[in-house]
Amino acid sequence: MNQLNFPILSLMIGLPLAGALLCLIWPGQGEAKAQMARVLALGATLLTFALGIGLWLTYEIGGPQWQFVENYPMFGRFAWALGIDGISLMLIMLSVFLMPICILASWKSIQTRVPEYMAAFLLMESLMIGVFTAQDLFLFYIFFEAGLIPMYLIIGIWGGAERIYASYKFFLYTLLGSVLMLIAMLWMVQQAGTSDIPTLMAHDFPANAQTWLWLAFFASFAVKMPMWPVHTWLPDAHVQAPTAGSVILAGVLLKMGGYGFIRFSLPMFPEASADLVWIVFGLSMVAVVYTSLVALVQQDMKKLIAYSSVAHMAFVTIGLFAFNRQGIEGAMIVMLSHGLVSAALFLCVGVIYDRLHTREIDRYGGLSDNMPKYAILFMLFTMASVGLPGTSGFVGEFLALVGAYEANSWVAFVATTGIILGAAYMLYLYWRICYGTLEKEDVKAMPDLSRREMATLAPIATVVLWMGVYPESFLAPIRDDVGVLLERIERANPPGDAQLVMGAGMPVEAEHGGGHASEGNGESHEAEGAH
Amino acid sequence: MIQLIVFLPLLAAIIAGLGNRMLGNFVAKILTTGALFVACALSWPIFLDFVAGGQTAYVVPIFDWIRSGELDVAWSLRVDTLTAVMLVVVTSVSSLVHLYSWGYMDEDPDQPRFFAYLSLFTFAMLMLVTSNNLVQMFFGWEGVGLASYLLIGFWYHKPSANAAAIKAFVVNRVGDFGFSLGIFGTFLVFGTVSIPEILDAAPAMAGSTIGFLGYRLDTMTLLCLLLFVGAMGKSAQFGLHTWLPDAMEGPTPVSALIHAATMVTAGVFMVCRLSPMFETSEVALTVVTFFGLLTAFFAATVGTAQMDIKRVIAYSTCSQLGYMFVAAGVGAYGIAMFHLFTHAFFKALLFLGAGSVIHAMHHEQDMRHYGALRKEIPITFWTMMIGTLAITGVGVVWLHAGFAGFHSKDAIIEAAFASTNSLGGIAFFTLVFAALLTSFYSWRLIFMTFFGKARWRTSEHVQHAVHDHGGTDTGDGTGGYHPHESGWAMLIPLLSLSVGAIFAGYVFTHEFVDSEAFWAGSVAFNEHLIHELHGVPMWVKLASTVVMLIGFAIAWLAYIRYKDWPARFVEQFRVLHAFLLNKWYIDELYNVIFVRPAFAIGRFFWKRGDKGFIDRFGPDGVSALVASGSTVTRRFQSGYLYTYALVMLIGLAAGATWAITR
Repeated sequence: MNQLNFPILSLMIGLPLAGALLCLIWPGQGEAKAQMARVLALGATLLTFALGIGLWLTYEIGGPQWQFVENYPMFGRFAWALGIDGISLMLIMLSVFLMPICILASWKSIQTRVPEYMAAFLLMESLMIGVFTAQDLFLFYIFFEAGLIPMYLIIGIWGGAERIYASYKFFLYTLLGSVLMLIAMLWMVQQAGTSDIPTLMAHDFPANAQTWLWLAFFASFAVKMPMWPVHTWLPDAHVQAPTAGSVILAGVLLKMGGYGFIRFSLPMFPEASADLVWIVFGLSMVAVVYTSLVALVQQDMKKLIAYSSVAHMAFVTIGLFAFNRQGIEGAMIVMLSHGLVSAALFLCVGVIYDRLHTREIDRYGGLSDNMPKYAILFMLFTMASVGLPGTSGFVGEFLALVGAYEANSWVAFVATTGIILGAAYMLYLYWRICYGTLEKEDVKAMPDLSRREMATLAPIATVVLWMGVYPESFLAPIRDDVGVLLERIERANPPGDAQLVMGAGMPVEAEHGGGHASEGNGESHEAEGAH
Repeated sequence: MIQLIVFLPLLAAIIAGLGNRMLGNFVAKILTTGALFVACALSWPIFLDFVAGGQTAYVVPIFDWIRSGELDVAWSLRVDTLTAVMLVVVTSVSSLVHLYSWGYMDEDPDQPRFFAYLSLFTFAMLMLVTSNNLVQMFFGWEGVGLASYLLIGFWYHKPSANAAAIKAFVVNRVGDFGFSLGIFGTFLVFGTVSIPEILDAAPAMAGSTIGFLGYRLDTMTLLCLLLFVGAMGKSAQFGLHTWLPDAMEGPTPVSALIHAATMVTAGVFMVCRLSPMFETSEVALTVVTFFGLLTAFFAATVGTAQMDIKRVIAYSTCSQLGYMFVAAGVGAYGIAMFHLFTHAFFKALLFLGAGSVIHAMHHEQDMRHYGALRKEIPITFWTMMIGTLAITGVGVVWLHAGFAGFHSKDAIIEAAFASTNSLGGIAFFTLVFAALLTSFYSWRLIFMTFFGKARWRTSEHVQHAVHDHGGTDTGDGTGGYHPHESGWAMLIPLLSLSVGAIFAGYVFTHEFVDSEAFWAGSVAFNEHLIHELHGVPMWVKLASTVVMLIGFAIAWLAYIRYKDWPARFVEQFRVLHAFLLNKWYIDELYNVIFVRPAFAIGRFFWKRGDKGFIDRFGPDGVSALVASGSTVTRRFQSGYLYTYALVMLIGLAAGATWAITR
């Protein structure tokens, strides 16, 4: 199954891990050791990124569902089982793309315990890749839960003044979800007799058990997303985390919830997903309006972007549970796009935080005058966050909402208000940071982007535009896998509320009833012979 | 060819924008302006080919955009009659505005950015008018919105400019909310977003019903109305018009290009582009007519009381857009496009003329500080006169000859009269009354600006100018100030647009109004209505000319003959005047019911919801429950990592146990 002749996935997990160890044990003292750790970390992440590109290039679109499969039995039935489909591939690419940028962003702003910091990041990269590649339920659990430990450390050690409270809150929320998910996993393995994820994805659990299992998994994934009302850890975690921590948190860790829904909740419990879709839709609708309004009144840049993340993630959950192709593909693109855009926005905050050491919006203003390059890039990411067509933000949001409309017009109606509110809070933020008059002396003295900062933002800008103008590159790899998922959940697909009824004298077509979540009834829309 | 027209401005915008400080002003200006003139020179032959009937519609594919199941959106450029009309409007006005800006923005320190934004706008507008599917139209739609936002806020040091820019974007987004839902619904119903396919399938959907928000509605009515909400936002129709007058904060060339000639007409264009769809729903057409006539009336009344020269013209634009929607609403799409076409020339002319006045008066925009300017800036005066003759619709009914507005505006009024739309009669009388107001406020502007005695001394802007240039206050109204006529970079566009304002109506009436062959299916064409329109009674044809003369007479009496009339009117009708001056208090209303509650609710959710409820009963409550006592809590908090690792270990142990014992 492997297109390459070596276990590339294991290598991608092992390489950052080796880098992390090297960072820690490399001999030396003080600044020399710190500098070595930075270089090592950058090297390791770039190398992993190069492997990722190799992975993408050799991934066979239209080939077998699971590719680059590795399976080494460990003990009993527990196995080191790895493999990816297109969905995993895209999320791995997101992770390995953001990692070198994180290392660069931490180059100057982290000055204490640098080797440990770099090691924590590299460890996290390994575990993130592990999450997206694991094909064994317990292996997934280890990666999924352990991946949060370096994040706790990054917030708890290198974070701001309130870092202990923030990481504690983060912990409390995730703990509850983890315990429930673990119990559900044990039960599932007991029931199905295997811990192999692809097998479980095709296993039909009894409908009454599905509900409980679904809820247990939901507890874990909803916290990770995060969905309203279990989102309050996110603003605190972001505010306290160092810039690169926020980048990874928003860029990749939040996507694990969405990945969980795609990989577990939907294919393993399709009936429960359909029955409980109202929970997801309800919470997501509240989230869009509620968190957007909260974002509008924030005084802290990072909190504002954190709240906007919750609103954007609601588009993901809405799209996923729309039970149709546009919804699910849209949700995937929202995840990728939000991963890039929110990462870039946090980097933008980091750039000016490094200069003035405050996140308070009102301390800034008029930056277009002395930081024009920064103003252009910040504008691009603001527009991408707002969902302007031509940027990645639009493609995902548009598809997810198309899907949502097919499923339920109320959901689409409420969620689409997000495009109004999103514009309001983001442009209001941009006004207060970049427009207006330069008045404060310390703000006047802020220099424009350095080359290092340019190197962190420019690649993201490029991909944001690429995904906005030619999203096919990102849609093509996931198309077949979404198709497989749709086939799996089709039987549970709840009917939409559109229920088109043809007028008198028109040919009545039964298929118009439930919208067209299923494929290939497009022809039926050419209502021939109307007159 | 069409690729060049569309992408040259984008290329120029990118180079001028990113090369900002390296290339310097001149290179950026010559690049962008050159690109636009080339685009314009390429556009006119296309249009004239369609006029001559020697051209058929075609689509140039570029590449795939979004493909997801049945949803298949490609980047492509569509060229048909409707597009060709828009091509010449957009490229002509844009190239002239680029040229005009050489003069108007000459002292601005940030010129490359300005020209880059202008070209970017033009690109987005061209993408909008050449789109072959709804999603690309939305791309152009949002693109022009972005450019408009950037240009309104171009002088970003001014808080009022920033506020206006955000307002424009957000209010437009309210429209886009409807437009988006319209696109989603259209895709759900038709399974495609391709415009030709939708229009082909639309008639078969007439009479079908669909569920929406728990109601069961007529499918086509729902879709058309959702899409129309988008058109209302972009074209500043009543309810979503509040951003347009504020948009005057932007530099005046921007007002001419974006907020008069091109972008604000996108809504009209959209309704015309989708006209076969709107034809399937009588309710939708009635709503379009209703908002059109309401806007035409509302904006005209407000326009009579404004003192800022640009705001008068802005309300005039708003009102004229209402005319266009009435034309579309009664099924005369060709005439709607005709008025869009002529309006682009004379309204851009009026705005650029106003810009020339403002330039001469050292950035003073209040007409109360104008007066007696006709001898000082004669070319500006005469070109603005032409613009005014065009907008008020001066012409001779028996000869079928007049200025541009005479042909297009009168055709709308006649179409309203002739139509079978249930609002046709009301529309006719409203539009005739609005024409009276149009004539009044237009002449009021001319009289206050160019006639009477100089009132410049009272202007702070003029005082600064006099102070800076060392003039002496001679005691008369001039305050020692000498206005100068603008340079040729500004006068050439004025003169060119004057040609359009004079002839655009007379030359093209036949094609736009009467010729089904010209439109060639690119808009729905109601032959019966056009036939009826030619048969309207003489008094209908004369009505608009008569009210135009009455409006002129009132303005002349009030501002030339008996100058105390305006003050006495204000004295007499204090409430009415305040109502008009304050734009029907709609901004105040929105502030109370939308803006302030949004912030208040946001604060409530944050303080009471997140902190006061979720956190209090969530994590904070848990920690208080686990250990009441601060030191214990702290120990628990710092030990959380071990707790976590323990839970994980237990899980793994359980998993391992299972794996081994099976």
